[in-house]
Amino acid sequence: MTQSGFDPTVPDENNPETRPFWQAAREGRFLLRRCRHCARTHWYPRDVCPHCFQPGTVWEEASGRGTIHSFTIFRAAGAPEVLALIELHEGPRMLCTVLADDIEGLTIGQPVSVAFRAAPVGPPIPVFRPDSTGERLAD
Amino acid sequence: MTAAACIVGAYEHPTRKATDLSVAQLHAEAAIGALQDAGLAREDIDGYFCAGDAAGLGPLSMADYMNLRLRHAESTEFGGASYIAHVAHAAQTIAAGKCNVALITLGGRPRAEGVATGTAPRVYNAAAPDVMWELPFRSTIVKLYAMVARRHMHEFGTTSEQLAWIKVAASLHARHNPGAMLRNPVTVQDVLASPMISDPLHRLDCCVISDGGGALIVTRPEIARDLARPVVRVIGAGESLCGQHGGDMDLTRTGAAKSGPTALAEAGVRPGDIDYAGLYDSFTITVLLQLEDLGFCEKGAGGRFVADGGLVSGSGRLAVNTDGGGLCNNHPGNRGGMTKLIEAVRQLRHEAHPAVQVPDCRLALVNGIGGSLGTRHASATVILERQ
Repeated sequence: MTQSGFDPTVPDENNPETRPFWQAAREGRFLLRRCRHCARTHWYPRDVCPHCFQPGTVWEEASGRGTIHSFTIFRAAGAPEVLALIELHEGPRMLCTVLADDIEGLTIGQPVSVAFRAAPVGPPIPVFRPDSTGERLAD
Repeated sequence: MTAAACIVGAYEHPTRKATDLSVAQLHAEAAIGALQDAGLAREDIDGYFCAGDAAGLGPLSMADYMNLRLRHAESTEFGGASYIAHVAHAAQTIAAGKCNVALITLGGRPRAEGVATGTAPRVYNAAAPDVMWELPFRSTIVKLYAMVARRHMHEFGTTSEQLAWIKVAASLHARHNPGAMLRNPVTVQDVLASPMISDPLHRLDCCVISDGGGALIVTRPEIARDLARPVVRVIGAGESLCGQHGGDMDLTRTGAAKSGPTALAEAGVRPGDIDYAGLYDSFTITVLLQLEDLGFCEKGAGGRFVADGGLVSGSGRLAVNTDGGGLCNNHPGNRGGMTKLIEAVRQLRHEAHPAVQVPDCRLALVNGIGGSLGTRHASATVILERQ
């Protein structure tokens, strides 16, 4: 049930735990959090490390590069659109939109890199685009 | 399960579009049906279980509406798998002496309310920490399951034709169910020719959107044996919760890989012993993954297991969802776990339609996948035995 006055497609920039991500997004920078204890990155960003359960993970600017782990082309309404699970270069898999000139040519393992798409309301939203300079992931 | 509890009442609400019924009313009407089926009275109920479909403050609101006098209540919310966990929790609660007769209810009316169940973003709680990492990307249920299906195809060579066979089997069962929303048998070609919703899932890979409800009565063996209906014992249970694991999520493996073996071990049986399986069928791919993860076939072999009528009662490898399932019969309130349990009870009572009844059905497995694959889900398994 959607709560009145709340648009779930607009990220909450006032959430204290994740505010820096959206501030960076407004500057076109893509952040991940890395744990000071186990040194791993994770997705989605949170203060307590989901791997080792220690508080105090820290933001770092990430490569913004990855490969398509899986994807779908939604065709039921309007222009086809792509939702994908991106395997980031740093390790974690992240749900995200993919924009491509040739969406019919998308494949699993294809290299992609992040961009930010302006939204009518709220901060710019990450999207991934095919990146011919990236390295294809062997299965 | 020591001191196994028994399912003694089961009722599927006949409506599939509840334009003139409220959610609370659906719950109460289903409860009346299950009590009549069991031969018990409302005053016998001292334990109550419901999930997120219940109106208001869950058991508090529903118990007030139905004027139940309770000494135990629980509202475990595993989406559509909730009711399978509720059966297990009711059995555990009864074994612990905290109640004697447990009522479990479901009711929902997404069809009357015009909810675009699978294709529009849905949010249950604005404060959920995951919302801002999914909804801005226009994540929806059907897209997530389509991503899972594509990954399974990539890893194991599963085909759209194989997935279509799951729908074909459901449709062959549904033609014998007068209450089923979709009663016409379909072919693999029909499924593949249906509109592509979210590539690679077609319209006929998706379950129906239906209103309705259901209820179950679970009680202790000493009470069950004095009732008129055949007794269905709960002899094993398991549950498993799976999230994205901080970004380590495996798209093609479900919690059934843990909940299934737990339940089977508790019951002391193997997949090959199971006469009938009620498997969650929000989408065709959901069924295929459960068959693999529950151990009915090797991981990756689900496509070959379901192909060529593998799930058709009587002629296939395993009788699955003989009421037509969520794919053809009913998926009340977007939650398929209750109807999976109800048809398993019919099978174990030998009261399924004769055309789909498994001969001498003694042992059934019911599994639910609630929430969503691709983000976070719960798998709940129970093993049921005819006494």
